[in-house]
Amino acid sequence: MSRLNLTARVFACKLKFMPLKTIESFDVKFLRIIAENGVADSALLPPLNDADYKKIYEAMILARAFNRTALALQREGRIGTYASILGQEASQIGSALAFDDADWLIPSFRESGVFIAKGYPLWMLYRYWMGDERGMKCPENLNIFPMCVPVGSQITQGAGVGMAMKYKGDKKAVGVYFGDGGSSRGDFHEGMNFAGVFNAPVVFLCQNNQWAISVPRSRQSAGKTIAQRAAAYGFEGIQVDGNDVIAVYKATLDAVTKAKNGNGATLIECFTYRLDDHTTSDDASRYRAKEEVEEWKKKEPLIRLKSFMEKKGILTKDYEDGVANRCEAAVHKAVGEAEAFPKPVPSDMVRHTSKDLSPRQVNELKEHGWESKQS
Amino acid sequence: MGKKNMVQAINAALSEEMARDKGVVILGEDVGADGGVFRITEGLFDKFGSDRVMDTPLAELGIVGAAIGMAAYGLKPVAEIQFMGFIYAAFEQVFSHAARIRSRTRGRFTCPIVIRTPYGIGIKAPELHSESSEAFFCHMPGIKVVAPSSPYNAKGLLKSAIRDPDPVIFLEPSRLYRAIKTEVPDAEYTLPLGHAEVRQEGKDITVVAWGAMVETVAEAAVGFDCEIIDLLTLKPYDEETIMNSVKKTGRLVIVHEATRMGGLGAEISAFVAEECFGYLSAPIMRVAGPEAVVPMARLEDDYKPSIERIKKAFETVMEF
Repeated sequence: MSRLNLTARVFACKLKFMPLKTIESFDVKFLRIIAENGVADSALLPPLNDADYKKIYEAMILARAFNRTALALQREGRIGTYASILGQEASQIGSALAFDDADWLIPSFRESGVFIAKGYPLWMLYRYWMGDERGMKCPENLNIFPMCVPVGSQITQGAGVGMAMKYKGDKKAVGVYFGDGGSSRGDFHEGMNFAGVFNAPVVFLCQNNQWAISVPRSRQSAGKTIAQRAAAYGFEGIQVDGNDVIAVYKATLDAVTKAKNGNGATLIECFTYRLDDHTTSDDASRYRAKEEVEEWKKKEPLIRLKSFMEKKGILTKDYEDGVANRCEAAVHKAVGEAEAFPKPVPSDMVRHTSKDLSPRQVNELKEHGWESKQS
Repeated sequence: MGKKNMVQAINAALSEEMARDKGVVILGEDVGADGGVFRITEGLFDKFGSDRVMDTPLAELGIVGAAIGMAAYGLKPVAEIQFMGFIYAAFEQVFSHAARIRSRTRGRFTCPIVIRTPYGIGIKAPELHSESSEAFFCHMPGIKVVAPSSPYNAKGLLKSAIRDPDPVIFLEPSRLYRAIKTEVPDAEYTLPLGHAEVRQEGKDITVVAWGAMVETVAEAAVGFDCEIIDLLTLKPYDEETIMNSVKKTGRLVIVHEATRMGGLGAEISAFVAEECFGYLSAPIMRVAGPEAVVPMARLEDDYKPSIERIKKAFETVMEF
């Protein structure tokens, strides 16, 4: 018998005594409540009444009107570069509405819908996209961080907010948003890991819109889902149909409730699609097929919600027209307010670096002739 | 009152601030039961518990990012980065977030964090354990930078840093941790940020230094009539004390460990050239590290500005 065979036989013998055991396993669930034809699985529906459905619908129509107008304003040179949310309204609004106003939200830059769902003043959002920091001075009744531009770098901060909530004994939750691109960053790992270790009340909301500018989801990870990564950090991950606003709402509400009950973090992967270019400075036709976009247009979230509401008999033509008119009027008013808002004074950029100005900053205000002005 | 080394003084500052304010929490690697690799947080875990002295995963970005979130929520986190060379992983958190969340939200969210980290050469440690990267942080608007030089000022400055409403990088000169003991009162005292200390008055040469270099400068100054300014706060630094001194002496030498290129000495030198040109009787000189990465133990002493090099700079400016 050759030496090699002998080694193989010994190894085989050992295996009989030491069979491989499965010491951990996980599965990944996918949640959809309203099918693409608008038929809902009533067993899965969260406890929402007609008024709630209307509130969700109205927020989505408002977000879409806001978005459409933002794109138009950009083309006219009235706002700067803008990141469209078209197609992602369900993922943004369904999730944001599951949080209370006292909860905290940490958005990425493509999250206008989250702000709108929480009742953030529309004119301030336009003002921000016009290039004015004052647009991100969140009103005191809400707790929404400013839109985060360096992709994914807000994720660890979400863990920290959750850790602070837990330390203070506050029954609150924090939602932190990022995309499929953001999930590739080390920040995602560190933020998820901190939240897991400290059992912090964090809901991680991955808006998987399939594209990070021109790089497809398949280039972000070889893993089948983003949701499955939660298993590595010791908490649950779920993938939801991100174009089913009720599924997103349900998954988020469950995660928020779990967080507030002291049961830690959840990762929700909203499987959705960015129907527009990355921003107004991008041309998506350079890197993705028109057919793919057309397929996703058929699945966009408002078609689904409207079909569901029609079947429930709560979407009449009058109501629909009324909502559309109210939203257009609100957006029109907001644009007017944003454009009428006075330009910030230059001293603002100095005054807000620190609570107290350094002697050098005081001198610089004088040098620039900015010292007496304040907005 | 009693004599303490810098480790004990920093520990006392942390302990007092935690007792005073429940919002003060510590987070970092090995800060809990171990008391930190330099034993700075020794005893605090037992005294305040694991909720307030948090051992975190080994992740500097995460430590700083989490601290920013905690601070925005209303806590006063004191994050320990084990060595300054490891803070680079958290640069984006410091620069893109801690430094600017107040500005980006026009004051709605703020970031009262302290990042403590040992810095500088002289403890014969492995690579990236001896950095002096203070200039990076000084360059960033919205960030304060403090570097104590004695147990007494370390305690008073750290207490002020913790109470400061904005982010502070607190640089602890590791070679001084146990090198000197000074009287450190147990009674409450703080030292204000932004104020330098004139360690020694003199009329010929103004010497600006900070951290562990202050001791070296004091040794080098023997035989010269030097006014030694211990900067203490590197950003915003005490322009007035420097100007007043230079107007008196007419000569300025700046001494720091960090590489000369773009170091804080460049800023102070330019500032004095702009503001005190008419008072200068000699070129401003910098004694600084060479343009080289901070070396390992065998070349540490060669990297650090030596007494001889500092004396030579004094001799040079005295020729004018």
